[in-house]
Amino acid sequence: MTSLRILVPIKRVIDYAVKPRVNATKTAVVTSGVKMSMNPFDELSIEESVRLRERNKGAVQDILAFSAGPTKAADTLRTAMAMGADRALLVELDENRPKERDLEPLTVAKLLREVVHKEGCNMVICGKQSIDDDSGQTGQMLAGLLGWGQATQAAKVEVQGDEVVVTKEVDGGEEVVRVKLPAVVTTDLRLNEPRYATLPGIMKAKKKPMEKKKLADFNVDFKKRLETLEVVEPPPRQGGGKVDSVDGLISRLKELGAI
Amino acid sequence: LSTLAVLEHKEGKVSPQSFPAVTAASKFGGPITVFLAGSGSEKAAEQAAKLNGVEKVIYTSNNAYDKGLPENFAPLLVENIKKGNFTHVVGAHSAFGKNILPRASALLDVQQISDCIEIKDENTFVRPIYAGNAIATVRSTDTIKIVTIRGTAFLPAEETSNTAAIEEAPVDPNAECTTVWISENLTRSERPDLGTAPKVVSGGRGLKDKENFDKLMPPLADALGAAIGASRAAVDAGFADNSLQVGQTGKVVAPQLYLAAGISGAIQHLAGMKDSKVIAAINKDPDAPIFQVADVGLVADLFQAVPELTEKLNAGRK
Repeated sequence: MTSLRILVPIKRVIDYAVKPRVNATKTAVVTSGVKMSMNPFDELSIEESVRLRERNKGAVQDILAFSAGPTKAADTLRTAMAMGADRALLVELDENRPKERDLEPLTVAKLLREVVHKEGCNMVICGKQSIDDDSGQTGQMLAGLLGWGQATQAAKVEVQGDEVVVTKEVDGGEEVVRVKLPAVVTTDLRLNEPRYATLPGIMKAKKKPMEKKKLADFNVDFKKRLETLEVVEPPPRQGGGKVDSVDGLISRLKELGAI
Repeated sequence: LSTLAVLEHKEGKVSPQSFPAVTAASKFGGPITVFLAGSGSEKAAEQAAKLNGVEKVIYTSNNAYDKGLPENFAPLLVENIKKGNFTHVVGAHSAFGKNILPRASALLDVQQISDCIEIKDENTFVRPIYAGNAIATVRSTDTIKIVTIRGTAFLPAEETSNTAAIEEAPVDPNAECTTVWISENLTRSERPDLGTAPKVVSGGRGLKDKENFDKLMPPLADALGAAIGASRAAVDAGFADNSLQVGQTGKVVAPQLYLAAGISGAIQHLAGMKDSKVIAAINKDPDAPIFQVADVGLVADLFQAVPELTEKLNAGRK
């Protein structure tokens, strides 16, 4: 079996259980003072990397957790290491420079391509999307830039020799593909249930190496292609209408022209 | 300005999720060329040529593209975009579109715009972020705009007496593909497709187990001619297949009628259905958040209300 050097990109996002609010100037969603967590799909990616190691003895040589984000993203990377990643790389972004805020998927993919080359990774496991921007592009873009195979929205991942067999979520069911390594796999919900970081895991993670870099250390053009003109909250729904019986329900639906 | 609409097809027919993509393409104002690839695309091309607003259809029936594998489909698309000097490329935000278009975008050095719900002008797009809890308007500075669109936000293009020219795609790079498609397991159903159905009935944790879900939901769906959906909680608990999941992380639907039974209405579920025209909810908890968005709410035990509703709907049809 090919010896795996896995890269897991991680994003620090507003916690999934928090309802995001748009700021007063309608330019962005408020993130200061809001609970932040690891993007849920990235948790699945770390978990799957660790399980690949547990299932295939000696096959996984390295699990590198990567993030590009504010200084505090270091905490998120520590969590990844507490879950089982071996080491971490943080590209610290200067949040005061508009250019360094909210990197676009293409820029992130270009950063990741450099990391893959420098670190000799042969597998990238990343979330199918981050729950803030919801673009769902980075993994596919990275695979394209690298000329690697890709399997998106994985529900099951099995490494066999120098190939990875992936069951994918598709519209209306699932599909199985066999992808030659090196490859990019993006993770979907049913793949696994991420473990909680244990106290011994957290203690161990403190001693694991975390390298810190700046965007300037990379040969990547990070000029923005998209300009955000406005961010607004969606119009609220006027709900709250109640009926007291099934007959009432039917006649109200008829009135509304729904049946 | 000229637009390429990337369509999907199955067994010689254009797939339902592709019709809104043609409508979205028409919003740019320029001529629309439709792109199809794989076995049967020649036949699907005849149907696509009738779609309102389509000027030309290009296809390649090379069976290397049958399974929509991104490793060779993306280069095929890229070469045809270059060859045809297209300035705008539109596809559905479907499993296919999500898989292929970002890869093609990267190969063209373009920052794609995902899951658009409105096209304001040739450079400006509206898209939901944070699971629809915020709506962003973005302007692209790329020379080529590559866009995936949310199917429920655009009307499906209609077949007309239109007769667009049909031609073989000018280039077929036939790129090497190291990925092999092995199998698929799709839920076969006589019911309408969840993503495009005009009516959806969804079941949640309140159904308690799979047996109840299977006993109560299909008859109600059939009484209404509706598709069946489920909440994340119901899917996680194994009541329903993952492909039926409605929500932030599942399918986003916007039918004329969305009827939720035993669904409390978590933020992530609401994100997947709050654009429905009429929302009805049956739940025994009067404080369930679903009632805050429901146009019609019935506080009741679903084990009584759902069968009664099914029976009365059926009686009403006779």
